[in-house]
Amino acid sequence: MLDRPRDSALEVRKTYKLYVGGEFIRTESGRYDPVYAAARPGKGRSASAQRRAPSAQRLSAGAQRPLLANISRGSRKDLREAVRKARAAQPGWASKSAYLKGQILYRMAEMLEGRAPSLAKLLKESHGLSPAAAQREVRATIDRLVHYAGWSDKYGAILGTVNPVASSYFDFSVPEPVGVVGIVAPETPDLLGLVSHLAPVVVSGNAAVVLLSETFPLPALEFAEVLATSDLPGGVANLLSGHKEELVPHLARHMDVLAIADAGGDAALSKTIASDAAVNVKRVKRYDVSDYFAEKAQGLDFIEAFTEIKTTWHPIGV
Amino acid sequence: MSTTLADEKARTEALKKIEAEKPRLEFGGAWEYAPAPESKDHVRLEKRYGLFVGGEFVAPRSKKYFETINPATEEVLAEVAEGNAADIDAAVRAAEEAYEKRWRKLSPAQRGKYIYRIARLLQEKSRELAVLESMNGGKPIKESRDVDVPLAVAHFFYHAGWSDKLDYAFPRHRVSPIGVCGQIIPWNFPLLMAAWKIAPALACGNTIVLKPAETTPLTSLHLAKICQEADLPPGVVNIVPGAGETGAHLVNHPRVRKIAFTGSTDVGKIIQRSIAGTAKRLTLELGGKAANIIFEDAPLDQAVEGIINGIYFNQGHVCCAGSRLLVQESVATAVLGKLSDRIATLRLGDPLDKNTDVGAINSKMQLEKIRELVACGVEEGAEIHQSACAIPSRGFWFPPTFFTGVAQSHRIAREEIFGPVLAVMTFRTPEEAVEKANNIPYGLSAGVWTDKGSKIFQITSKMKAGVIWANTFNKFDPSSPFGGYKESGFGREGGVHGLRAYVELS
Repeated sequence: MLDRPRDSALEVRKTYKLYVGGEFIRTESGRYDPVYAAARPGKGRSASAQRRAPSAQRLSAGAQRPLLANISRGSRKDLREAVRKARAAQPGWASKSAYLKGQILYRMAEMLEGRAPSLAKLLKESHGLSPAAAQREVRATIDRLVHYAGWSDKYGAILGTVNPVASSYFDFSVPEPVGVVGIVAPETPDLLGLVSHLAPVVVSGNAAVVLLSETFPLPALEFAEVLATSDLPGGVANLLSGHKEELVPHLARHMDVLAIADAGGDAALSKTIASDAAVNVKRVKRYDVSDYFAEKAQGLDFIEAFTEIKTTWHPIGV
Repeated sequence: MSTTLADEKARTEALKKIEAEKPRLEFGGAWEYAPAPESKDHVRLEKRYGLFVGGEFVAPRSKKYFETINPATEEVLAEVAEGNAADIDAAVRAAEEAYEKRWRKLSPAQRGKYIYRIARLLQEKSRELAVLESMNGGKPIKESRDVDVPLAVAHFFYHAGWSDKLDYAFPRHRVSPIGVCGQIIPWNFPLLMAAWKIAPALACGNTIVLKPAETTPLTSLHLAKICQEADLPPGVVNIVPGAGETGAHLVNHPRVRKIAFTGSTDVGKIIQRSIAGTAKRLTLELGGKAANIIFEDAPLDQAVEGIINGIYFNQGHVCCAGSRLLVQESVATAVLGKLSDRIATLRLGDPLDKNTDVGAINSKMQLEKIRELVACGVEEGAEIHQSACAIPSRGFWFPPTFFTGVAQSHRIAREEIFGPVLAVMTFRTPEEAVEKANNIPYGLSAGVWTDKGSKIFQITSKMKAGVIWANTFNKFDPSSPFGGYKESGFGREGGVHGLRAYVELS
């Protein structure tokens, strides 16, 4: 391992597990994937190279690079369990007040602040990001959480309308959560990218099942500890590491997943998602975000994509 | 404790006893209704209609014409051109040319003025259009006259005004049109659905190829004439009638940038799958199986009228029809007794008669589908209650029907029948009502009946449906967004939210 202590205290290593239903669990399949350190610390690989063939890279990486961890390779059954937990947790989360949801998202930012050093270290080790670049990604991730925390009690006022119908009704439209949303997280930036899609999905009362970056899963798995200590109810955010090619079709075909944020950046998988989504008329929003650090990578549009507009006709009379 | 199928059966027995013992209402015999048919002589019906492409009615490249009939009499009304792949291609090219050369260059305010013109022309011809709609689709004239046509006009009026105000609807975005939109509409509200599709698409600066349903092309083609009279630039609106195959050519045409479809969930899924991997945008307005929930504190007579309007309006050919009635147990017998009386008074017959409540079923095919599902309901053990009204000897008809003793698993409680057939179930607690209402893959609409305002909001907030009517049903307005949750589709039509389907934001 990197940074091996010189004194006699032997490091206690962390076992990285899936985060499902608010618990850290090993995959039921018993399978694992080794995760190796970046080849040359200080220089990250290009994003496009990472997107192309994560599995091939992992294999070739093994020869010379130090092992960082053996992570769970999530299975179809893990995915189904995650959807089950998400579905069970979603109505309770949606019924929490907007004020409380905002505070819980803000609490995530607080918890991430406390873990900033360890996440920056993981970004350095697993990507080979420079210390400054790792620091920058963690800071941007914290800011993104704070950004969405503030949206919880505001997006409804902007997306909702009172409709001037030509009859004696009070007619209004409000955004509601869709339900269980699948998120295919971008390969990179893995931490900022994850939070950029997770936060706007959960702030409106959805529950999420996320397929994490396959190339760089460790920071996201560590981020699960932020979720676990933030008062976010268990099951609202579920994080799965594994092979996207194996898991994505099951996510896209699952009848209890009602929408998908497709930020995986893989054209072939995106086509699979778009096609399989028809099984239950899933809403699919495909993202091709060129710069997750930019201000355009956040905001109301990311929330709106995973809301349903409900219109109510209420009579006016005596 | 929830109500069980055994409870439903027991109630059905009680209701049967009441029905057998009570004096029958004799409205039919007591009061003779003189026939009051709306005259047809004002309809300028042509013998043969071409495709409307590039601003002209043209002969189809397919060289094929199909007969369109009056479902109430089975008489042929006209021959209509059927579009094939080449026809769709010609229409898409006309729309593309109109988009590039004329429509996108026009100032938004001038664009709006064309749409206002269309609204006015529709008003001028409203009587002709209402009669034609009833002739071609079978719906009662009182509905086409008082609902379909006025609402179609309202949709054009409403959206005309949006043309030069889109920047206000999407702050912080640059708003531009999408381009050529392919629109496929159903046969239940032919002119109104054309208006729902065409008005917002034009207001947002797009051009259109619209495919009306194969059984009801006539009012769309008359709308094409109105586009001519309005001097709408040629190619901005193109109308290509045909069946499913014509629609498939439109969906799969590579130069169509957006598809808007209203129709069945099955076809919606096929469309969603077939455009996967393309850059085409999609909005779907699909099937429904709406729950209409009657609480014990509801004004019952008013609620019964709401049930009637919910399921028998337009012969139940309504995607948002209140086809599942959920009645609180304590008032179930009273409500069903009233319902049974009320359906006996519904007047079924000539759609053009101003006294008609229930018109003709839109097509033979639809009648067969209704019959099949009703037979299935009987076979699965539900108890059928039907109006004993006289059925005309020609045409396609189905009497107002409801089922009691229905389990949630019965096909009549799960599948969209799209006919005048209601499945009745009961509940004990509000929680049970919500659970039963939501226990379906559809989520288009719902109804709630109670005199307590706070209860309305409590229940509506828990229902998974895009449109919820409280103490009313089947109300529509161009300013009010309409569209579904879950397998009832995605995207909204009407209101600010409806504009989103027809703009490109950057």
